[in-house]
Amino acid sequence: MNHDPFHWGRPSTKTYGEYNYLISNASNVDRSVKSNSEFPKMHTQQPMITGTSVIAIKYKDGIIMAADHMGSYGSLMKLEDLKRIIQVGDDAVVGISGDISDFQYLERLLDDLQIEDAYDMDQEHLKANHLSEYLTRVMYNRRTKMNPLWNAIIVAGFDDKDEPYLKHIDLLGVSYTSPTLATGFGNHLAIPLLRKKVETEDDVKKLSKEDAIQTIKDCMKVLFYRDARSWNKYSLCVIEKSTKSISLEHEVQVENMKWDFAQHITGYGVPQL
Amino acid sequence: MQKVIPTTEYANEVRNEPIEHRFNPYSDNGGTILGIAGEDFAVLAGDTRQTTGYSINSRYEPKVFNVGDNLLLSANGFAGDANQLVKVFENKLKWYHFNHNKNLKTSSAARLIQHMLYGKRFFPYYVHTILAGLDDEGKGCIYSFDPVGSYEREQCRAGGAAASLIMPFLDNQVNFKNQMDPNSNGKKPKEIRYLKLEEVIQLVRDAFSSATERHIEVGDGLEILIVTKDGVRTEYYPLKRD
Amino acid sequence: MFRNNYDNDATTFSPTGRIFQIEYAVEAIKQGSAAVGLVSKNHVVLAALKRNAEELGSYQKKIIRVDNHMGVALAGLAPDARILSNYLRQQAMSSQMVFNRPLNIQKAVNSIADKAQTNTQSAGGRPYGVGLLIAGFDESGPHLFEFLPSGSALEYVATAIGARSQAAKTFFERKFEEFPDASKEQLIEYALTALRDTLAQDKELTSANTTVAVVGKDDAFTVYDDEEVEQWLSLLDTLSNNRSTGADNDDEDDDEDDEQNDQPTEASESTSAAMEVDA
Repeated sequence: MNHDPFHWGRPSTKTYGEYNYLISNASNVDRSVKSNSEFPKMHTQQPMITGTSVIAIKYKDGIIMAADHMGSYGSLMKLEDLKRIIQVGDDAVVGISGDISDFQYLERLLDDLQIEDAYDMDQEHLKANHLSEYLTRVMYNRRTKMNPLWNAIIVAGFDDKDEPYLKHIDLLGVSYTSPTLATGFGNHLAIPLLRKKVETEDDVKKLSKEDAIQTIKDCMKVLFYRDARSWNKYSLCVIEKSTKSISLEHEVQVENMKWDFAQHITGYGVPQL
Repeated sequence: MQKVIPTTEYANEVRNEPIEHRFNPYSDNGGTILGIAGEDFAVLAGDTRQTTGYSINSRYEPKVFNVGDNLLLSANGFAGDANQLVKVFENKLKWYHFNHNKNLKTSSAARLIQHMLYGKRFFPYYVHTILAGLDDEGKGCIYSFDPVGSYEREQCRAGGAAASLIMPFLDNQVNFKNQMDPNSNGKKPKEIRYLKLEEVIQLVRDAFSSATERHIEVGDGLEILIVTKDGVRTEYYPLKRD
Repeated sequence: MFRNNYDNDATTFSPTGRIFQIEYAVEAIKQGSAAVGLVSKNHVVLAALKRNAEELGSYQKKIIRVDNHMGVALAGLAPDARILSNYLRQQAMSSQMVFNRPLNIQKAVNSIADKAQTNTQSAGGRPYGVGLLIAGFDESGPHLFEFLPSGSALEYVATAIGARSQAAKTFFERKFEEFPDASKEQLIEYALTALRDTLAQDKELTSANTTVAVVGKDDAFTVYDDEEVEQWLSLLDTLSNNRSTGADNDDEDDDEDDEQNDQPTEASESTSAAMEVDA
């Protein structure tokens, strides 16, 4: 007798030949003839090529936001010059992490939206708060269809009163705002550092632009140190209310790293002393 | 013929079919809400923290809304559904005004919300909903709903993450459950009376500061919306942020 | 009955380059009672004359609210106006739902103008038989548009549609320079004065037949009817059309009480003109 519980109660192969598993696994669908075209339509169940954290902080005169240039395929560094912060109209930028194909779909959606919005309009009026509402609707509708866009999005810019505006939207269509925002690993690694600088809305008024940029740069460094799916080149966006400007700089390098501790690390394939 | 490997519950089996990871369309965004009705007012309060898992998304993301017509509405649970519910309600209210040119009664608003919730019976809004307003006689009223639209009018109700912490406290302090008339030698239950607004505000604040101590998803700030015949007013009190 | 070979559908041009069905639709607007509208720097005011079909009947609805920041006044076929205003309400709602912003007035007007244009290019249908004055306030300020069944939609500082609306236009042409700096109250007074000019000789403005609507920077679109309109009627010294100002506009000589008679006359005139060319 075969003692594998898997075979209990089944006729012996020696006597009766190979067991026909279709008997115990019967269904009204003949799986053996199922062709590719009959295969059920699949929705995104997991992201493929992904971008890691986007981080943002409010300071007294606006918002600083950053996201690195990498697109990973699992643990493979598939893309190294991927710009994940895009400008939408004159008043908003959108930083997107998560699935890159969905990011590119959103990019096209926002492109179409800008054209549609500018059509028969005498002036630009797609503000950051309108955009975040739109993206929240898109994300929520897709989750409701059980076919989510696998992204976390940070929208930054100016609202319809020309005040700095910041919003986080996730793949479930949940949106929220806070003086500090981050997606993905940034939530665990960068948020504590950012919140040290701005614990409350009042602290926002005390934070200078230089200080805010330095904080974001430090966070990008920490993320590069600790998040294995991050890279040392990133996009940095500065939103300034006094000049009503949005500047987006790419290929910013992580600076002042210290790797001298590395020589003391043992294990991880380095010969043990 | 392609060989089909059967599936059983044994973990050591080899499968050659992809394992299906179903997308979970819900999340729990924590927070708690609380409504209490008085004689000529009603309050609906909520903390302003929004969470996912152990992360605090925001310390100030209000979830109690003045939706117009002297109605306060809050849905607590999955924030995506909650916002959708409030938005759709506000729109339905707008069309009610177009079609009938009058205010929506609190009891009618409650029935409307029941239909909105039950309409998604097989893909529910994952929220505990509370509606506050004044009834036809001008008395404060609270309606509470389960996620699929079962509802009832109550004197008070807590919903969300810390509901089970707050509700027994409310039973005792609002409906005087397990309280006896001090002069009856423990024979006669204490008589129910309407609470004054100041008493209610103090109860709400105590309920939330205690819930903040015992529940990790509650804290940061407390927003209390008060509805009277003169309209809606908002009060804000900070809560512990740890 | 007159005959015309080129008015059987809205898709056929006459040899003179006219589409008669559209012109007839514009005539339908003139059958309706007057509606006027005018703009200042901060407000838009609509005013309209409501008719009741018979003494014991109710008055028709002349001004329809679309959203907090916009509304329309109509002249012509009221059911057509309901279709259009409901469409606008849906547009306004979806703008609020999807973008959390009020619908842009120009965009709103273009959206119904496109619908009207479609009707002028498809067989088997008819153009809308209604004219609208669309009043709204958006991020670029106050706006007043006139919508016509032809699909044209033009912006005005002041205009009027409906029966004897020329009288109101004449008044506006004389006074328009004062509108930009007018207060809300003054603007309503101008609107009612213009509306009074469209009255037939034996009629007067009453709280029952007058409707007023205002929208502005801090004023949500509000319609005033019945008792509520009395506060505005009291701004006028007289409520009847005394024609003392009518000395310089002698184009109002056809002010019969029942203006329904002039439509066929006008239509047959244009028909005969077309027939001449045809012949």
